[in-house]
Amino acid sequence: MALELEDVRRAAHLARLGLSDEEAASYVDDLSRILEMADRLQAVDTEHVAPLAHSLDTTQHLRVDEVTEEDQRERFQRCAPAVEDGLYLVPRVVE
Amino acid sequence: MQWETVIGLEVHVQLATQSKIFSGASTAFGAAPNTQACAVDLGLPGVLPVLNESAVAMAVQFGLGINAEIPEVSIFDRKNYFYADLPKGYQTSQMYHPIVGPGEVEIVLGDDKTKRIRVHHAHLEEDAGKSLHEDYHGMSGIDLNRAGTPLLEIVSEPDMRSAAEAVAYLRAIHAIVTYLGVSDGNMAEGSMRCDVNVSIRPEGQAAFGTRAEIKNVNSFRFVERAIAFEVERQIELLEDGGRVVQETRLYDPEADETRSMRTKEEANDYRYFPCPDLLPVVLDKAYVDHLRSTLPELPAEKRARFENALGLSAYDAGVLSSSRPMAEYFEAVKEVCGDAKLAANWVQGELSGQLNRENLSIDDSPVTAQQLGELVLRVKDETINGKAAKQVFAALWNGEGDSADAIIEAKGLKQVTDTGAIEAMIDQVIAESPVQVAQYQDADPDKRGKMIGYFVGQVMKASRGTANPQQVNALLKQKLDP
Amino acid sequence: MHDKTLTELAAGLTAGDFSSRELTDHFLGRIERLDSEINSFITVTAEQAQASADAADATRRQGDAGPLNGLPLALKDLFCTQGVRTSCGSRMLDNFVSPYDATLVEKLAAAGAVSLGKTNMDEFAMGSSNESSYYGPVKNPWDLAAVPGGSSGGSAAAVAAGLTPAALGTDTGGSIRQPAAFCGITGLKPTYGRVSRYGMVAYASSLDQGGPMARSAEDCALLLGAIAGHDPRDSTSVTRGVPDYRAELNAPLAGLRIGLPREYFGEGLDPDVEVAVREAIRVYESLGASVQDISLPHTNLAIPAYYVIAPAEASSNLSRFDGVRFGHRCENPSDLIDLYKRSRAEGFGSEVKRRILMGTHTLSEGFFEAYYKKAQQVRRLIRQDFLDAFDEVDVLMGPAAPTPAFDLGANKDPLSMYLQDIYTIAINLAGIPGISVPAGFIGQRPTGLQILGPHFAESQLLNVAHQFQQATDWHLKRPVFGEENS
Repeated sequence: MALELEDVRRAAHLARLGLSDEEAASYVDDLSRILEMADRLQAVDTEHVAPLAHSLDTTQHLRVDEVTEEDQRERFQRCAPAVEDGLYLVPRVVE
Repeated sequence: MQWETVIGLEVHVQLATQSKIFSGASTAFGAAPNTQACAVDLGLPGVLPVLNESAVAMAVQFGLGINAEIPEVSIFDRKNYFYADLPKGYQTSQMYHPIVGPGEVEIVLGDDKTKRIRVHHAHLEEDAGKSLHEDYHGMSGIDLNRAGTPLLEIVSEPDMRSAAEAVAYLRAIHAIVTYLGVSDGNMAEGSMRCDVNVSIRPEGQAAFGTRAEIKNVNSFRFVERAIAFEVERQIELLEDGGRVVQETRLYDPEADETRSMRTKEEANDYRYFPCPDLLPVVLDKAYVDHLRSTLPELPAEKRARFENALGLSAYDAGVLSSSRPMAEYFEAVKEVCGDAKLAANWVQGELSGQLNRENLSIDDSPVTAQQLGELVLRVKDETINGKAAKQVFAALWNGEGDSADAIIEAKGLKQVTDTGAIEAMIDQVIAESPVQVAQYQDADPDKRGKMIGYFVGQVMKASRGTANPQQVNALLKQKLDP
Repeated sequence: MHDKTLTELAAGLTAGDFSSRELTDHFLGRIERLDSEINSFITVTAEQAQASADAADATRRQGDAGPLNGLPLALKDLFCTQGVRTSCGSRMLDNFVSPYDATLVEKLAAAGAVSLGKTNMDEFAMGSSNESSYYGPVKNPWDLAAVPGGSSGGSAAAVAAGLTPAALGTDTGGSIRQPAAFCGITGLKPTYGRVSRYGMVAYASSLDQGGPMARSAEDCALLLGAIAGHDPRDSTSVTRGVPDYRAELNAPLAGLRIGLPREYFGEGLDPDVEVAVREAIRVYESLGASVQDISLPHTNLAIPAYYVIAPAEASSNLSRFDGVRFGHRCENPSDLIDLYKRSRAEGFGSEVKRRILMGTHTLSEGFFEAYYKKAQQVRRLIRQDFLDAFDEVDVLMGPAAPTPAFDLGANKDPLSMYLQDIYTIAINLAGIPGISVPAGFIGQRPTGLQILGPHFAESQLLNVAHQFQQATDWHLKRPVFGEENS
């Protein structure tokens, strides 16, 4: 399935990825060819095949409900670009 | 034209776990910002989620509480979108295989009729953090303490036809989750919030109208008002020849109106896919049966028992079963005094009135169920009369004594039923009231009934309220009537 | 010392031939002198390494040395290391000093290992040549004009160059096995779920698996024993017990049934690589194994399925890099969307962007069924191919990569780069273990034999690989480069 510039722009917006016009154009070409390769999947009949999300047929184990984590705010915020009063700062969010 | 309102609710219930749904951080409310956001909640590079067993158990208990199917397998999906309070760029939720399948909730309407509202499903998901909009040099602050708190999202079918039904449904959900103890149901702290889908259609039309979704309404009253406003808005729009657009709206309690939240700047595309970091949750029959066996009596069953086995009115049964603390309090009073109706009257009357006046919840009542039960018992066995009982209640409320008996004793409120003692008081009153006696005896016999009230009042006063009023009345008649 | 295997170094430490501090200083000295030639390390943690070495020596004197006590090794730079930059080869995390340790890092430390530093890699493990690193390409120590393979190219090159006796890598579609083959070392991708992924920065969560890269299968067995096992912090890690992977190394191979997937010997395979692989298989026959052809009929769908599933998972996994809590943040964002878009545009390189776009597109409305769901159905067929094959044979053998290491800059087109993974990628989709062992040279450049087994057959794979290394000495060859002999 070929891809249009609009598709790349839409995906870039959904993924919050800024792209220059030049980049976007080059991705149209690359992604079209990758999708064309992916289209080989359509050749095989999978009507009665269940999707496989995990390679092992194991099931989720559950964690005991207890508080095991302490406050490590100071340590975690050392790698943060902008904090104040313990809050992460972002450009004003308008509801 | 007559319009019919169609309402569906998505109720988000914060589950009362100690730790978060996928991490060991505390869920306690009110901590300093980001002190309860651990590496997993922050979505640090490399961290992984592990599912909380209590969150699973609570979701299943809710499912059993609404007689829902519990599928053997449920699966977590990622809902992908960017937002300031969403640390990983996706919310872990359940799109295709929720933990609770279809069920139903019974609601009680104003005229004591009941109606069943179908629940489409309920699924587990993680809560997001909070954006704080105080001005940090033109920036917003993000607190991720709430991120990862377990939520059960309960999605109803569009079965409600009025704001009152929607509120009754929400109350029923509130009662069920608090009865089960799977949530504290504290709406002020955001433990229960709902999205309301509202549409209207001409009465008799089968197809649904276009709906608006009102996001994040967090009180019973706001649900009612938001729906009322929204229905009016839609009716006006349609009657003016306009169209309802499918959109997300926000209820503003101050303006008492709903407002469009986002212009259709972009259609959301959440790109749901199974979360590769979590495996299918498999619940075997034995596990579900075990949880079923530990379910407490739920509001609907309790209401029926109060009405049928205890002989309460439908109204009393409904009110007393509406919350678990209320029901437990009432049952404890009933146990002590042995009289369901008297217990119901006292809990609903004196106690509820005083609680309301002081804006207290029943959990904070200064009078314990044991104390009230003993008081009601003394009313029942006629140790005290009704008037004295109110004095005793007030004294208990104010902490003037530990038990009804102690207060009765200390204040000398024990009902006087000794004929001799009452006669002595009557004789004194008659002796001190020659004018009134003469008037009484000169009056028409059929007017005397009213006039005797004066003497009864005087005798009761003389007894400091302890004389048995019926006895006083009878003895007065004997002595005064010529 | 750097010519010795990890096992030999362990014996040397036990015998008191040298201390961990001496050993550590030796490798740190080599890194200092030689790594400028190959660029295999992003961060060298010399001081911490010396301190851990001293601690390991002290522990040994007290007589309670763990299995890896005092042994230096290196970590691919996507294992989170507390207090040490964890970059993932990306500008996005150039400033990210991890506040916590990955489970594998904890386990290695608990076993007494000494970390020399963090090795170079393709950005976020996306690549097969190590050319997509923000820190520049790694060069193959066998031939500085060649790539080391990827994405664990820094780990492979560092081991091959004798800058570390062993390293941890990760493998999502061949990222341990292909660079191991290109650099003439031994690399094991364990069964999915065998080792913890906690603290390993995710590329494609359902495919990623960490594993050892070292000079010999025996060394890999030693390392795997230390890192394998259930981790309660990783839901996908399995609870099954960890065997002694060294116990079976010397089991005889008589009667071993080897399957050769026809699809792994077809078009696109470099004839010289094929010769080397077939020669290796003859060695096995001489050790008493039997060989038969076998078919993995859905092999040609593995690359398409992988390049739908892996980018889809990656597009979601990489959303957390948004410039808010860690990592690169653009200057003066005008609003929230601008913050996201510019931080991510500046932080990610072109291959990462390509895969994010690809994954976002295939998961979006109208494409999900045709691509993502379809790829997951095909994934089941691919796994079934292997399950069926292992009904007939004990192990499968073939090339680890279709060619020997190619020249830097030779694969500019992303699609031709993706084809590099043709023999490795299905293994991740199926979740089975695979090991690559040195099997000869084409000119100066090494080539590798890949051995595959059923889920949790690591002991057998290590035994089969070890027996080959008892009969051959390809794995003992060392490149001569830089100021060697010093």
